[in-house]
Formats: sequence, structure tokens, C-alpha cells
Amino acid sequence: MFRARVYVTLKPTVNDPQGLTIRGGLHSLGFESVEDVRAGKYLEITLEGDDKASAEKQVTEMCQKLLANPVIEDFRFELRET
Amino acid sequence: MRFAVVVFPGTWSDHDCQYVLRDLLGQQADLVWHRDADLSGYDAVVLPGGFSYGDYLRCGAIARFSPVMDAVVRHAEVGKPVIGICNGFQVLCESGLLPGVLMRNDSLQFRCQDTYLCIENAETLFTNELTPGQVISIPISHGEGSYYADDATLDDLESNGRVAFRYCNANGEPTPESNPNGSVRNIAGIVNERGNVFGMMPHPERAGESLMGGTDGLLLWRSVIQAGVATVAG
Repeated sequence: MFRARVYVTLKPTVNDPQGLTIRGGLHSLGFESVEDVRAGKYLEITLEGDDKASAEKQVTEMCQKLLANPVIEDFRFELRET
Repeated sequence: MRFAVVVFPGTWSDHDCQYVLRDLLGQQADLVWHRDADLSGYDAVVLPGGFSYGDYLRCGAIARFSPVMDAVVRHAEVGKPVIGICNGFQVLCESGLLPGVLMRNDSLQFRCQDTYLCIENAETLFTNELTPGQVISIPISHGEGSYYADDATLDDLESNGRVAFRYCNANGEPTPESNPNGSVRNIAGIVNERGNVFGMMPHPERAGESLMGGTDGLLLWRSVIQAGVATVAG
């Protein structure tokens, strides 16, 4: 079995009103050091695979087909055998 | 005209669409469950508003893989009308039938209000009963209606008359103040390259009777019906 930790993030060029609002919240809490916040999604996927390469291929396809929208989002993931 | 109004789990505007088409405009309008994969008996398909699959992951992202969507794609490929409203617009973007994506409103608020729309292209499937520059009032009701596409896509849409209408003020000016959700270039409705797939965030099915605050939505539905009649006659 494999466990994938998938991170879906907005592309740098895409405006992120959620991130801006969170930044404002952090500032009002006194964290003046915060320069920027970008909000994204984190998914944990447990899957079967013959080997790491095939699991990696599957997760890449999942990201391309469903988990991320290529118009606005990028994805990356970490994969480890469990 | 025979309309299929597609119902996904979480769709909420299906009965409003059926009511306007059937009871106010005298058309055949059937509710079609998303597991039905046959739309061959219909002239036009409506993907109504709502929160299909709870809007999980992204709006429209899961609905796109429903069995009915293969039939919707085939319906579009043969040139028949496909109309996506609100969540339906989001589904059409996720499925690649329309370019771009609908993102969280820039206000981060759910917006339920009347909006003015300025007709830009009055030759589309959904606007042929109107005139360029005409201002109509149609309500919106969404939290994720901020249209986004990259500049090259937007330029392509604009130069090919694929922007049907934009959010504007009462004078027809697309100002930042009249933009309810942060959509790029105030875009509120677009068509595909062929002109038979149409997506818009505002709800024309909620502007069908003066009791509801206005009847401008009927102009859009009548355009579709008029276009359908012309196709059959041609």
C-alpha cells in the first residue's frame, strides 16, 4: 500500500481572496510579520500499487483528471510505502 | 421544443427551470436524473443551478463525471443547444465544454441579488431576442461565480463575440462597482466557439414573472426557443 500526500495550490498568477483575508486575520492577531498567505487543498490518498512508479503514475493521473483544475491550480505530492 | 433539465444530487433550480419552460412558455420540459445516459429525445439540454455533489473539491468537478455528461457532450457535438446556469455553468467549465473556471467570489460572500446585464452579442443562442447594448435585470445567487480565464483566452472570447453579456450598472456601463463577484472583465455569460453551448451565472429562470420582480429572464428563454424553431424550420 502507498500513502500519497497531495497538495493543490493556486497558480501564482491567480488572485486568492481567501488567502488575503486570512492574511488580514493574522495581521489583526498581531502577526505583522506575515507578508503573504495562499490557501490551497491538502488530500491524503491511500492506494494499492505494484511498485512506487505505478503508484506515482496513478496519483499523477488523479491530479490531472480530477484533483486539480489546470486552469487555476498546480499540484505536487509526496508518496511513501506503508 | 423538448427540453431536458438535468438533475444531479444537490441541484436546486431544476423545478424553477421546468416551471418557466413548461408552465410559462408552453414547452416540453422533463427532469432527467443524472444517471440517465440518453438525451437523444431532446432538442435542448439545461444544466440548472444548485450545489451538485455538495460542491465538494470544486464546483462542478464531480458532476462532470456523471453518466449523463457523456450524453451532454454528444448533444453538444451534434450542435444542439446546451445551457448551463450557475452550477450548470461551473459543470460546463469543468467538463471543458466552455473555457475558464468559476472561482470563489472576491467578496468571499454568497451573493443573492439582482444584477444588470449589458447585452454584448445579440446573435447567440440565448440572446437573439435582444439587441446589443440592451440592459436587462436578472438575479444572481452564488458564492463561487467569479469567472476566470487567462488573458489569451479572454482576448479570444472577446474578439470572436463569445462574451454574451457583462455585469453592468443601470446605464449599461461595466463598472467595478456593478461586478458582484470579481469576474474578470465583468463577464457574466459566454458561448463556445460553435455557439451552441452557453453558460451564465445569473438565473433567468428566476425572472419569469412580475411577481418575482421581473420578466427579463423570459427574453433569454424565448431566444433559445426561437433559435430551436429556426433550426427545425431550416
